[in-house]
Amino acid sequence: MSKSKKPIARIALYALMITYALSILVPLVIMISTSFKTNAEIFNNPFGLPESLNFDAYTTLFVISNYGRYFMNSIGVTIISLTVAVTVSALASYAISKYQFKYSRALYVFFVVGLIVPIKLGTIDIMITMLNLKLFDTLWALIIVYIAMAIPLSVFILYDYIKMIPDELSSAARIDGCSEQGIFARIIVPLVKPGLAAAGIISFIPNWNEFWFPLVLIKSRDQFTIPLATGQLFGQFDTKLNLVFAVLSLASIPVIIIYLLLSNYFVKGLSAGAVKG
Amino acid sequence: MIQATKKHTRFLFMFIFPAFIIYTVFMLLPIINSMKYSLYSGDGLVPGTFVGLDNFIRLFTEERYYSRFWGAFGNNIKFFLIVTFIQNILGFFMAVFITRSFKGSGFMRKLSFLPTTLSVLVVGFIFKLILNPYYGIFDKVLEAVGMGDFIIPWLGDPRSALVIVSIAVSWQFFGESVLFYSSGIDSIDESIMEAARIDGANIWHEIIHIILPSVLPIVGIVTILIFIGDFTQFDIIFAMTGTRGDPNYSTDLFGSLFYRTAFSSAERGGWGTGMGATVATMMFITVTIGVGGFLAFFNKKKEELGK
Repeated sequence: MSKSKKPIARIALYALMITYALSILVPLVIMISTSFKTNAEIFNNPFGLPESLNFDAYTTLFVISNYGRYFMNSIGVTIISLTVAVTVSALASYAISKYQFKYSRALYVFFVVGLIVPIKLGTIDIMITMLNLKLFDTLWALIIVYIAMAIPLSVFILYDYIKMIPDELSSAARIDGCSEQGIFARIIVPLVKPGLAAAGIISFIPNWNEFWFPLVLIKSRDQFTIPLATGQLFGQFDTKLNLVFAVLSLASIPVIIIYLLLSNYFVKGLSAGAVKG
Repeated sequence: MIQATKKHTRFLFMFIFPAFIIYTVFMLLPIINSMKYSLYSGDGLVPGTFVGLDNFIRLFTEERYYSRFWGAFGNNIKFFLIVTFIQNILGFFMAVFITRSFKGSGFMRKLSFLPTTLSVLVVGFIFKLILNPYYGIFDKVLEAVGMGDFIIPWLGDPRSALVIVSIAVSWQFFGESVLFYSSGIDSIDESIMEAARIDGANIWHEIIHIILPSVLPIVGIVTILIFIGDFTQFDIIFAMTGTRGDPNYSTDLFGSLFYRTAFSSAERGGWGTGMGATVATMMFITVTIGVGGFLAFFNKKKEELGK
């Protein structure tokens, strides 16, 4: 991190950064501000900010279009699948990071390979399995797939967190007669809470945004998740642009808030992954 | 880390089993099973009779199949090349600048990752709306600055549609490359940079002799992630140009081809389960060869640098 001394270089650097920041912010500001405009305003004043905050579009979505239901579906699917995924991943990560046995290393590689396996390519079989299990067109189909999808990243993150916990603590407990399960519950879990949070938070984004599996596995409107409802927006609200932008804002605002509040988890978690390779 | 003994077997099994079984049954086996279906006929959802490699032979010899397949393959290569150029090369330079010390660098790093957290679908729709020929803001801006003559139907013209789609995806994931490269640059020992500067190295020397060699493994990771993402990309096509890859299949990618052929009715481009699975298998082979090739290439580069 050097400080370049030349003033021209400084100015060029700031100009570049401001341009970059605007290229990120302008589309997002357009999205959110248009959702608060009336349709007349959108055509008469496309560039400016809304004259007043007009919540009509949002009211319509929640009152007429059942958006409350889609939100609850998305929240339910996300909470259940992430909780289960992080729990089973923590158990497995503990077993393979703290105990040396013939397949411990191989199991780690086996789980982490899932990070680059394109699960989309297994959709035909997943669809047939869900039909056979009578779970097709239910949120449970999505929950199961999302648990499986979140396991590789969760193991990848938790393995390192658990491995870093010093062994002395567990050894002392073991001498005191604590069982292996007890060591996990009483020593490892309290110490690895930041890791559990990181795994859950980083997995939240792909989970909340996932569109492909509801598109294939869900047919009934009352089982829609937010991404699937977003996907249907053209054809439905074609001419009502404030509605269209409200739909997009609703899909994005939860992730934007979570990211702004917890961005350190993402930046640290992902950059550690990159450097480690 | 302790050596596991016999008495640990039951406990280890109980801890590993849940994750192992869910991950295997709902992630790995489906891919293998889906490939198996490529060896069966089947017009409906459930596969019919065993036909050996018949589906593959038909895919590459019947015009109605191979024209779509090679079309999507070619588009996917172009798509990958444009995205790789923007995210890898421009992303690398952006990371070089963003890691300089300046006021607001922490803010810029956080902001740059923000689009990555959005859904691809939302990004696709935003771009589509901004580029809309009737009410989109982009054309209005061009008119306002006197460049109205350059306006074309951006997503309706086969010359521009794929490029626009590639730019939309790159806009979204640019920050991810920047984040990866920045963390690589951060991990370079500051004293090496200092020493180079004392020796009179300018920023080009720094980039070529210090930064590039040390972030090379990250170039490999980013390239592989882009490759996998791009060759299975679907959401952006759904949002911007529809599952047929309009106009005239010029933005049809492997992901949209797979969706149409495997999950749509025959009138909407469906080819039945057997052929759909065949497309998925060819995608899997492409991704595997690509990832293997990049791994070999970047490992070789790494060794060369190590010498």
